[in-house]
Amino acid sequence: MGMAIDVTTPGGFVLALLPELVLTCWMLVLLVAVAWRHRDEGDQQMAGQLALMGLVSTLLVVLWMWVKGAYPETLTGMIALDGFRYATSAIFLIGAILVVMLSLGYLGRERILVPEYYVLVMLAAIGMLFMASGADLIVIFLGLELMSMAIYVLAGIDRRSAFSAEAAVKYFLLGAFASGFFLYGIALLYGATGTTNLTQMHYQIVTLGLETNLMLLAGIGMLLIGFGFKVAAVPFHMWVPDVYDGAPTPITAYMAAAVKAAAFTALIRVLLHALGASDAVWMEIILWLSVITMIVGNLIALAQTHLKRMLAYSSIGHAGYILAALASGSERGAAAFLFYILAYTLMTLGSFAILAAVGTRGERDVRIDDLSGLASRRPWMALAMTVFMLSLLGFPGTAGFIGKWLVLSAVVSADQIVLAVLLVIASMVSAGYYLPVVMAMYMKSAPSEDAHSGSGLIGAARWVVGIAAVLLLLLGVWPNRVLDMAADGAEGLRPAPTRILTD
Amino acid sequence: MDLLGSALAVSAIIFSLGVAGVLLRRNAIIVFMSIELMLNAVNLSFIALAQQLGPEGQVFVLFVMAVAAAEAVVGLAIIIAIYRHKQTVNLDKINLLSG
Repeated sequence: MGMAIDVTTPGGFVLALLPELVLTCWMLVLLVAVAWRHRDEGDQQMAGQLALMGLVSTLLVVLWMWVKGAYPETLTGMIALDGFRYATSAIFLIGAILVVMLSLGYLGRERILVPEYYVLVMLAAIGMLFMASGADLIVIFLGLELMSMAIYVLAGIDRRSAFSAEAAVKYFLLGAFASGFFLYGIALLYGATGTTNLTQMHYQIVTLGLETNLMLLAGIGMLLIGFGFKVAAVPFHMWVPDVYDGAPTPITAYMAAAVKAAAFTALIRVLLHALGASDAVWMEIILWLSVITMIVGNLIALAQTHLKRMLAYSSIGHAGYILAALASGSERGAAAFLFYILAYTLMTLGSFAILAAVGTRGERDVRIDDLSGLASRRPWMALAMTVFMLSLLGFPGTAGFIGKWLVLSAVVSADQIVLAVLLVIASMVSAGYYLPVVMAMYMKSAPSEDAHSGSGLIGAARWVVGIAAVLLLLLGVWPNRVLDMAADGAEGLRPAPTRILTD
Repeated sequence: MDLLGSALAVSAIIFSLGVAGVLLRRNAIIVFMSIELMLNAVNLSFIALAQQLGPEGQVFVLFVMAVAAAEAVVGLAIIIAIYRHKQTVNLDKINLLSG
């Protein structure tokens, strides 16, 4: 068996929070370093490399805890020690590492000199780790706020750009608005069950028979509105295109991949672990959210001519697919979610890396037609972009296909055939905006001689694209090992309904 | 009506006023004040419930106040940043990115 951790002792508590503590220490070191040296691009590179070291060492700590199989001795701690936490933490950290690598060249090219940028990326990652490890609504709320506040600043980090400032204002106001609903939901759940601990909440609901208690239902509703904003589900999505469009591209990638994954992680833990007894209620809501999110996200994406906005709307569509996995209300759905967000993180970061590379004159203005003839000038970049687009589409042979197939099988095993059919139709519609990108690159000729002369992947961004593309293909043809890890990660997420509270 | 019931009712009314303020007002500062109103309405709920359910709710309120303070710092800084670009904080005029 694994390593038992007694969280009531100080040593055990430190061990339980080791990834968060390690990352926080690195963040503080980096904060001191950039307060001391922040004058030129060289200092900024140093900050980026320090951040990279911190994130990689935290990833190693998370993997070590997962391999050791650390589990808690008592049932009702505030910190979760389970495979779901380790799996999601690892995915967030991979996302953050790729974002830092992407930023190393990007910030220099755009002449954005703010070494605090990397401190904020790490702060957001710490918030995400707390969202993954929170077994109490207080911890989840604090993690969510820590992450969101760092991202509000990052969205507006380019102070010379009015677009960036506007994205920050919109994201901040709607994000804080959503936090209000989220918090009210917590208050109502606390009022109905008398606890904010997720495990205790589950047993209170079962033993007191609160499954359809009015206050509990109102709390679930408020919580879902709050999460709906954070994961960008329709009808709470209206901020997404503007914010994704205006923010610096590496930050857009961070928001679309890791931030969204963190919100989903907390949502899944709260719904499956604490509110599993009331699943008849929330499964219905999630089902409808999923349906309209898939339909609206995909249909509006069809109408986009600019690559960045198209990717923003496509990320809304993907939130719909992930919600479909959640609508199955099972651990199988949670396992599908784990695999899906790993693939989704890789393909999103990869496609935004390409966007940043071709958008030397401002990535906001890159139209899909501007990619014409990329294949003849930059064959490797075009090939990688093709992999990302096919994976986003869910083409067989890529990780996106395996992810969608897992979601589909979870949905079908929950007997939600209509949702499964809609998911397939939505995927087919999405071909209508992913394939034109591939067609533009391979079948149209470049508009002028020097069309793609300026575009190119700078430094570490080359590695981001390479790693993402290779991993997506690898996971597409040989997913078994990662599938086992995903199943392991989702195990035990739903507490057994009959078990009696032991303490 | 008992004290808990009326406290929860008042809290729900203040929360709704906050939501209405966010949806109806166009000045970024006033929208932000409305959001603070929502958070404080929730605090009232927590305090009222903690009277019966134990100190967990009161602890939560302390955290919420700290978060709200941090949010004010970040939020006002962001609003100043947009003011420098646009010379206004009217949300209807902040529309470079058309949704």
